[in-house]
Amino acid sequence: MQDIIQGKAYVLGDNIDTDQIIPAKHLVYSLSDPEERKLYGKYAMSGVPDAAAGLPQGNVRFVPENDHRSPFQIIIGGKNFGCGSSREHAPEAMQIAGIQAVAAESYARIFYRNSVDGGFFIPFETTQRLIGEVKTGDDLEINVPKGTLTNRTSGKTYSLRPLGDVLEIIKAGGVFAYARQAGFLKS
Amino acid sequence: MGMTMTEKVLARHAGRTRVAPGDNIWVDVDILMTHDVCGPGTIGIFRKQFGPTARVWDREKVVIIPDHYIFTNDQHAHRNIDVLRTFVKEQDLPYYYDVGTDKYKGVCHIALPEEGHTRPGEVLFGTDSHTCTAGAFGEFATGIGNTDAALIMGIGKLWVKVPETMRFEFEGPLPPYLMAKDLILHIIGDIGMDGATYRAMEFAGDGVMSLSIEERMTLCNMVIEAGGKNGIIPTDAVTEAFVKSKTAKPYQPVADDRDARFHSVRRYKTADIQPTVAKPHSPDNRGTARECTGTRLDRAYIGSCTGGKLNDFIAAAKILKGHQVKADTYIVPATTEVAKGLATTRLDGQTLIEIFQQAGAKISQGASCAACLGGPSDTFGRLNKSEVCISTTNRNFPGRMGSKTAQVYLASPYTVAASAIRGEITDPREFL
Repeated sequence: MQDIIQGKAYVLGDNIDTDQIIPAKHLVYSLSDPEERKLYGKYAMSGVPDAAAGLPQGNVRFVPENDHRSPFQIIIGGKNFGCGSSREHAPEAMQIAGIQAVAAESYARIFYRNSVDGGFFIPFETTQRLIGEVKTGDDLEINVPKGTLTNRTSGKTYSLRPLGDVLEIIKAGGVFAYARQAGFLKS
Repeated sequence: MGMTMTEKVLARHAGRTRVAPGDNIWVDVDILMTHDVCGPGTIGIFRKQFGPTARVWDREKVVIIPDHYIFTNDQHAHRNIDVLRTFVKEQDLPYYYDVGTDKYKGVCHIALPEEGHTRPGEVLFGTDSHTCTAGAFGEFATGIGNTDAALIMGIGKLWVKVPETMRFEFEGPLPPYLMAKDLILHIIGDIGMDGATYRAMEFAGDGVMSLSIEERMTLCNMVIEAGGKNGIIPTDAVTEAFVKSKTAKPYQPVADDRDARFHSVRRYKTADIQPTVAKPHSPDNRGTARECTGTRLDRAYIGSCTGGKLNDFIAAAKILKGHQVKADTYIVPATTEVAKGLATTRLDGQTLIEIFQQAGAKISQGASCAACLGGPSDTFGRLNKSEVCISTTNRNFPGRMGSKTAQVYLASPYTVAASAIRGEITDPREFL
């Protein structure tokens, strides 16, 4: 687990569902094939309505055309991030696009669990609403041990909620490593 | 302090006499279900983590039901079915319902009970968020991702945080114009899309216990739309009669303790509830059919794990009989068994298929998830442009049924059928 996560912000709204994160018609690509899986990065966030894509202005592409990597590394969300379908393709598509952390007010349960158990990135919970405090393109730094998020563009620092019960799984690197530590799997 | 049904099922499967909300426990899994969208990813992780020659923990407990992208020319989708086939053969799995064979079923959440895989008191995980449907059978059932499913495939266990239980009681039998869909849309409107996050939703009261098993499935199906971890309904004679007709396997039902502790209890009188819709673009954007009267529609859609069961089509047929639809109307049976029911069930001498054909509806040749979640571009009923649709399905997020400029209203089969006839949103009482 990294102590410091740095990157540019991509800001979304409330109730970002997994159909917006990766639309269902793209769920056919192989996740095991190293080339084909890049398509998930290419289409990550392609279901977000244009006006809501990259707040506050909107109309900001998450991934440039003909690319599978995003220029943004940290997503700022509102309430109930990742609601809807249980498709693990959603956090995985975000990871393939280069996302290293999400900071949202709250998460839907399955998305949160998938992010942690699959070891894709850390889903941080914010203690206040950061939509409006952070703009798409701002430079952010998350200090994991301190539990803070700093907007280096505005100079303001915000506190994040403790990771709690899932910290051990995050530290292990995902549920398989955690299950091995717990003795349920041979290493 | 007593336990709720959900707590009891989880305690039993963790080998403990009691658990409390917030406890993190490892539970033994009775059934793991996967399908064509998440199966290939799950199998990939299973092989990577356990090795290319690894065997599943219990071949009797893994159920694979292709249902999402079946009737399409998408070559990637076909390749994914082949991945399932190869794995099933390699592992010699008895419960696989292959495309293009007599065993093919269709939508997994309806196929599971039809094939006897849902049993009171058990733990069911599936790689689909609507796995919560099976809570109608008095079991703990919830959706998971590929990684968790791959872990279960290898060890038969998964960690779970014990949820608090929210209880919803309905008093009085349903008036003739209401369906379970109206009740659950009403609840989601009350508590919001994250109103039950990390919690169990328990449904009870004589209004719920008077529902058929199919209607109980509709209630539990949509708990995920309020963020719920699982839905659950007490086991009674209706549950037992259904389950015993499908499987001879033994099971142990659970009931709430008298002193079980709930996060909250909400009580409703069914007579106070109106035919309900969820307006674009979220399931908690509640309105009544009457309030939305006059909203012009391009399309009506009847299908999916929520609204594609035989009772849903019987309800729609009651209204459509003798009428012509003004909106393009799509009929998609959830499973092949439901499809057979359309051809054999009669209302006043006519089969449901005849009623739908005479009304001018388009009837799918295959049972599957179809356009509920959009799917590949050639999917039957998919919204490919800025259409306005009323649907018996479960989600109306932007782009859920195809185009992100389309608008979807969710409603009961009664309301969808009445609205199809008028070509605008209509309260079903106008036809009942």
